[in-house]
Amino acid sequence: MATLHTVNKSPFATQSLLSCLAHAKAGDTVLMIEDGVYGASAGTGLAEAVAGLGGGVTLAVLAPDLMARGIDAARLMDGVKSVDYAGFVDLAATHDRTQSWL
Amino acid sequence: MSETVKKFLYVNRKAPYGTIYAQESLEVVLIGAAFDQDVSMAFLDDGVFQLTKGQDTKEIGLKNFSPTFRALGDFEVTKLYVEKESLAERGLTLDDLQNIEYEDEDDDWAEKPSIRLVSRAEMADVMADQDVILSF
Amino acid sequence: MKFGIVVNEGPYTHQASDTAYNFAKAALAGGHEISRVFFYHDGVNVGTRLSIPPQDDRQIQEQWTALAKEHELDLVICIAAAQRRGLLDENEATRQGKDANNIADGFRISGLGQLIEMGIQADRTVTFGD
Repeated sequence: MATLHTVNKSPFATQSLLSCLAHAKAGDTVLMIEDGVYGASAGTGLAEAVAGLGGGVTLAVLAPDLMARGIDAARLMDGVKSVDYAGFVDLAATHDRTQSWL
Repeated sequence: MSETVKKFLYVNRKAPYGTIYAQESLEVVLIGAAFDQDVSMAFLDDGVFQLTKGQDTKEIGLKNFSPTFRALGDFEVTKLYVEKESLAERGLTLDDLQNIEYEDEDDDWAEKPSIRLVSRAEMADVMADQDVILSF
Repeated sequence: MKFGIVVNEGPYTHQASDTAYNFAKAALAGGHEISRVFFYHDGVNVGTRLSIPPQDDRQIQEQWTALAKEHELDLVICIAAAQRRGLLDENEATRQGKDANNIADGFRISGLGQLIEMGIQADRTVTFGD
């Protein structure tokens, strides 16, 4: 019974990503979309919070939003999956529910 | 109205009045009550501010919609999960929140509290148990 | 899968309605169904036919109208949110004594119950907002 979480805001602007990560359970996926994709970059203050997830939660990022913002895929944190809109739809279909952290 | 009963969770993470989300999400809950689904509400992060006592909106000119929370019991919405850590982070306790109750028809109409204080981990479990999660 | 989509923000100011549209297109291309697209809060403003966006940018309302027509989508605008924000169809305008209406083709105004019904009938519900 896994959840797909979406986070659409930059973690430097709001607490949404951190709150989402604090509620995600093993087996869930957290998909960063829109301004949320800034949370996928390596070398930010988020590394610890993410590491603290213990690997049970899959992190993903919506590639079109990365491209729009000029973020090079090579600059993402280790282990972040990049998906397109078709991949977003697949994630929503294969998880039991979708929860948007607005 | 429908044979299927799903678990609906309305997630509230925003403060009242600065934006309309708190008020308009409450309107969804009230209308939704007619569909006889298994409804819960979650209050976490700034959403806990929606439930505080003593809201007086006269001077800002906005409608004070906080009394509406007390009517939820009449609409059979009796599960208001409030996150302990969110309260503590904001310097709040249960005493700062409105007294929201429902009458339990299975227990001689005894008045019981609708607010269920839960830890962050318990809130995660509540969320993971739902069929439909609506966020505003 | 049958997807229910909720759009909580209006055109241009937030990316929400764009992401929702792109998701909807991808879902349809992937062979899924869209039970309903429900527009709430400022999302009701996606349904105005009076917008004149710059020609070198996407035409948000027209895109939704075209997608709805091509795939027979049910685009529902919440009546309570619409009344607050001045989004009316002909009936509403007459009923409320307003001198104009502004709803775009392919959208219809209905009650919040349509959102709950969508949640009940769809296999998956996805929300796009702020």
